[in-house]
Amino acid sequence: METGARQDETEGGPACAVRDLVKTYPAQRARRGTPAAPAVRACDGVSLTVRRGELFGLLGPNGAGKSTLVRQLTGLLRPDAGHIDVLGHDLVRHPERAARLLAYLGQESTALDELTVRLAVETTARLRGLPADDARRATGAVLEELGLSVLGHRPLKRLSGGQRRLACVATALVGERPLLVLDEPTTGMDPVARRAVWAAVDRRRAERGATVVLVTHNVIEAESVLDRVAVLDRGRVIACDTPGGLKALVGDDVRVELVWRDEPPLHVPEVAALGPTAQRSGRRWTLRLSPDAARAAVAAVTGGPAFAALDDFSLATPSLEDVYLALGGRTEGLVKA
Amino acid sequence: MSAASVDRAPAVSSRSRPGGGGAGEGRAPLAPAVGLWPALCAVYRAQLSRARVARIPLLFVATFQSIGIMVLLRGVVEPGPGPEARAVVAGSSVLVVAFVALNLLAQYFGSLRASGGLDHYATLPVPPAAVVLGAAGAYASFTVPGVLVTAVTGSVLYALPLTGLWVLIGVIPLTGAALAGLGAALGLLAPRPELATLCGQLGMSAALLLGVLPPASLPLAVRWARDLLPSTYGVEAFAATFGPSPDWARVAVDLGVCAAVGALALTAAAWAYRRAAVR
Repeated sequence: METGARQDETEGGPACAVRDLVKTYPAQRARRGTPAAPAVRACDGVSLTVRRGELFGLLGPNGAGKSTLVRQLTGLLRPDAGHIDVLGHDLVRHPERAARLLAYLGQESTALDELTVRLAVETTARLRGLPADDARRATGAVLEELGLSVLGHRPLKRLSGGQRRLACVATALVGERPLLVLDEPTTGMDPVARRAVWAAVDRRRAERGATVVLVTHNVIEAESVLDRVAVLDRGRVIACDTPGGLKALVGDDVRVELVWRDEPPLHVPEVAALGPTAQRSGRRWTLRLSPDAARAAVAAVTGGPAFAALDDFSLATPSLEDVYLALGGRTEGLVKA
Repeated sequence: MSAASVDRAPAVSSRSRPGGGGAGEGRAPLAPAVGLWPALCAVYRAQLSRARVARIPLLFVATFQSIGIMVLLRGVVEPGPGPEARAVVAGSSVLVVAFVALNLLAQYFGSLRASGGLDHYATLPVPPAAVVLGAAGAYASFTVPGVLVTAVTGSVLYALPLTGLWVLIGVIPLTGAALAGLGAALGLLAPRPELATLCGQLGMSAALLLGVLPPASLPLAVRWARDLLPSTYGVEAFAATFGPSPDWARVAVDLGVCAAVGALALTAAAWAYRRAAVR
């Protein structure tokens, strides 16, 4: 899918352009304790363009191919076919240049776990090429920025999951890089830490023109922070636009959620009529309806005999999750928090 | 936030090497690559602090294990400058290096590789050798107090002269390089972390069994196996200095073997690191 319609407007070309990227993980033979696994095409002809200065998201459930895509962007994984251009550099031919162009926050912190927060950040700054004094100064600044100064002397493995993740974000942010590739940076964080992360990311965009590629499976976060988002499913980009543009794809439909106290009152004709179109999860029914139909459904369940069986209901405008469903994606694994 | 930010200029680092990797034609300049030495120092410093925090109990285990072996063997080995006493003290001291540098480093790199922890270093502009050498150096340095305590205790226990202990200045780093290189290579090449742990343990057991017994009493096949183990040359070099008139040329040759094995093993480990980090 071509997404770089406005790339000519960008100064000096796109921050990141991916064309027809293919990556297949080979089949695994069965071993004792592990069953055989067929070959998996984790990246199936992905094309996308990230503009300079943009906060671009890759959204999809676990196993959609998001991490495989960013691992190729960061030079950690060689694609089987396709082109990757980052800030004008061909990373398929020169994967070693990735480390000099971008900062990457992976999902694992095991390399840093036993270091103190301050030493982890300072060492990363040194390894990103900062002289000792600059590294110390930059470490102090980024810890202050993320509210981590008081935890500076604690080893990462002694921190809570969210705090550890925040320390890892600090290592990704220290030392200037024009492109930040962040793989689920806010996993496990409380709202205060999340706000600190987004403020720090925004500051790098505003002051230094940094571009950010963000991997997420959190639809709420995707809607609130991203400029544009590519929706991935089974190794393919199934849509790419601004969150607003994507939501316009599903039209005026609204989402009605009904939670029953016990069994749904199927003897009520209006409820029985809604039944076949509802997506059921335990006591919860989720329906996507036109505004008129939604109004009628709410009127039916909040009046008359159905109301006695109703525990809770909600009405919402479409989210990226609805877009994802409308495009044929699978919902399992998308987080709404 | 909007896509209107497209007109911002790309960030340009003031330290960027102009033209590095062909800047121009819309290409962002590349940030400077970090040299081997500063990167090695940064990794070494971080790893040493990490080892200090996390591995002190294990250093105690390594030291007590060696001292325990010397105490046990004291019952059957006569004190004095005989070859048995020399082999026991030198072998037990080098065993501390084998425990930490070979066994623990193999485990560390094995688990780092399996958990994806190598990604962190692989996405920083540092030479692979810096990561391997930094970690190997830190683990080898970490053995210093254990080796010294074991060597002094052993010398006192077996009535050996303390005057030759200065040779540890050469024995620890060179045996450390050989064993740490081997440990790092094993950890990075093993397809599964359990195998890395197993190889590390086996290597340490070999260093224990083949190091503390004097070679004269061993069967020929075992003596060959002993000659294949790099720690043997560290043991030989150290054991020679307990004698009344050490053959210094022989000591130098033994340490030279350690250095050569160390260089080879660390080169192999750096290659294995590159292979493990980028697939």
